[in-house]
Amino acid sequence: MIRRILAVTVKELLQLRRDWRTALALLGMPVLLLMIYGYALSFDVQDIRLAVVDSSRSAASRQLLQAFLQSGYFVQVAVLDDPRPLDALFDSGRAQAALVIPRDLAADLAARRPTGVQFVLDGSDSQTANTILGYARQIVATAGPPLAGLELEPRVAARPLVWYNPNLESSIFLVPGLLAFILMVSSVIATALAVVREKERGTMESLRATPLLALELLLGKTLPYLLVASVAAATSLALAWALFEVPVRGDIVWLAAVTVLFLAGGLGWGVFISTLADTQQVAFQLGLLSSMLPTLLLSGFIFPISSMPPALQAISHIVPARYYIAALREIVLKGVGPEVWWSEALALVAYGAVVLVLATARTVRSL
Amino acid sequence: MSAARPAAAPETVVSARELSRRFGDFVAVDRVSFEVERGEIFGFLGSNGAGKTTTIRILCGLLAPSSGTASVAGFDVATEAARIKTRIGYMSQRFSLYADLSVDENLRFWGGAYRLWGAELESRRGWALAAAGLEELRSTLVRELPGGYRQRLALGCALLHRPPVVFLDEPTGGVDPEARRRFWDLIDELAAGGTTVFVTTHSMDEAERCHRVALMHAGRLLALDTIRALKAAFPAGCVLDLASPQPVAAMTLLEGTPGIEDVALFGDRVHVVVDSPERAAGVAAALASGGQPPTAIEPGAPSLEDVFIKVIRDAGARPGP
Repeated sequence: MIRRILAVTVKELLQLRRDWRTALALLGMPVLLLMIYGYALSFDVQDIRLAVVDSSRSAASRQLLQAFLQSGYFVQVAVLDDPRPLDALFDSGRAQAALVIPRDLAADLAARRPTGVQFVLDGSDSQTANTILGYARQIVATAGPPLAGLELEPRVAARPLVWYNPNLESSIFLVPGLLAFILMVSSVIATALAVVREKERGTMESLRATPLLALELLLGKTLPYLLVASVAAATSLALAWALFEVPVRGDIVWLAAVTVLFLAGGLGWGVFISTLADTQQVAFQLGLLSSMLPTLLLSGFIFPISSMPPALQAISHIVPARYYIAALREIVLKGVGPEVWWSEALALVAYGAVVLVLATARTVRSL
Repeated sequence: MSAARPAAAPETVVSARELSRRFGDFVAVDRVSFEVERGEIFGFLGSNGAGKTTTIRILCGLLAPSSGTASVAGFDVATEAARIKTRIGYMSQRFSLYADLSVDENLRFWGGAYRLWGAELESRRGWALAAAGLEELRSTLVRELPGGYRQRLALGCALLHRPPVVFLDEPTGGVDPEARRRFWDLIDELAAGGTTVFVTTHSMDEAERCHRVALMHAGRLLALDTIRALKAAFPAGCVLDLASPQPVAAMTLLEGTPGIEDVALFGDRVHVVVDSPERAAGVAAALASGGQPPTAIEPGAPSLEDVFIKVIRDAGARPGP
């Protein structure tokens, strides 16, 4: 059995070597997509128009304002004594955020009383508002202690601590999802096309007349693509580390293991698609639709699953990228081991097994 | 013209009993029965859509029969398809090679698919290269090979595991006559060595090289015998060969004449098939009255095509079952 799987694999690799365009696309596309999306798809917000209502007019308030402006995220558009004109500033869009510093700030700080500053946000774009709030919290938290030369911590109403991604940079958060997206799309399409090509060229009929088993054929055909996709994944991850400074805190072995599990599921789905399609065109479209949309929308890649309606949340359970992205974030950003993400890994194993059984059953019947 | 049958004791290798295959309401194969013996070249003739390929696919275990039974190399097609696949070679109508692989790479892959490996695979690969005359071209990509070479390579691939039976589905389509002749020499050798060759074709030239031929039409098996016996069964005195100074004009004239079943041009001679010996006498008169008197007229031998046209015409005239 191993020998026959290898015979198919060798043949597939030889064909892939001759078909350098496909090989290049399989290896190059993930890298290209990573660069394009990595740079373009960013939730980072810059030049946030900040209005300041400084009723304190103290050294402490000036220091806080400086901290905001020096962060590089905020530009000051107005300094007011009174919060009432803020409404007009927000309505006209001249301000996106406002920092309201109470009169008693310096006094409270000096008296070591709990105190706080008010941060007003234009919430009409919740995604942006959230990001801005993240920045502001970070600035207040880190600029806090030197503000009065005192221990500020116990007096600040809320002191958010952002772990793993202290600057809340979206690229660090997005790259795992991007990786999942790229690998899913390319693995599904590559295998779907590879199997359908045999049907289109008529060689499938000849293969079926040999003692080669459906499982041997499918494993032999997916193995080379697993190899190529793994190389593409490693390249993408290295590039993410080099270009976007995505840290890889966890064990690279776990990372590889989870990635292979995820890829196996994607390849299995590609084979399943190939049993539904008779032409490469149809296979390409089915593969693209069924891998791209769920991975983009229902995996937590861009939209948090917890904020989806219950029906979509339920559907997201059958999207393998959901588990892969979750596990990847745990491994890459947090550096934790399988004791944390074992359920995600198990879900990927289950998905791979179900898809492979489905694909083999359909291949036996329909090819 | 048909080659001599092997002398070995008859041994049935392929048999079909009342074999049928329906696709919805369409009956592709309609209660077909036949037996093929070891070492026989068995020709399956018929136009496109006659049911030839469907029958082959059932025999190869690629398609289940709707009713009836068939066995290949002693195994039942419906229940023992996996065993059959180790004992047959199959060369499909559509191209069964990888055009983007070299000759050697194709042989290695198909050898692997037929469960050969190591020294045995190497020796069989050498045999196939020699048989197909491809030793010099072993590193050439198949897409760069001329059609005739491809066909011989495809046959070589199908024979790597020494199957007792090979099924060739229209193996020589689109190949020049010289390549076709070489291919058939290979088939003769195989049969002489005891391999059973089951071949479909719609070429009469190829049919002439088969030991026995079966004619399929609209899913039914209309005739099955040796070429000689089929021709001998053709009614005597119904075929004429005539010479004419203007053969095309003579042909056109005869085509409109009642009782003439078929007119064909062979070189400068006109081949005429009539529906009865009595009618044959009127042919010369009909030509003369049309202003195209023949320079010579003599009894001719029926071609295989004449035989099949008549068989199909008779089947059409017969009330359906």
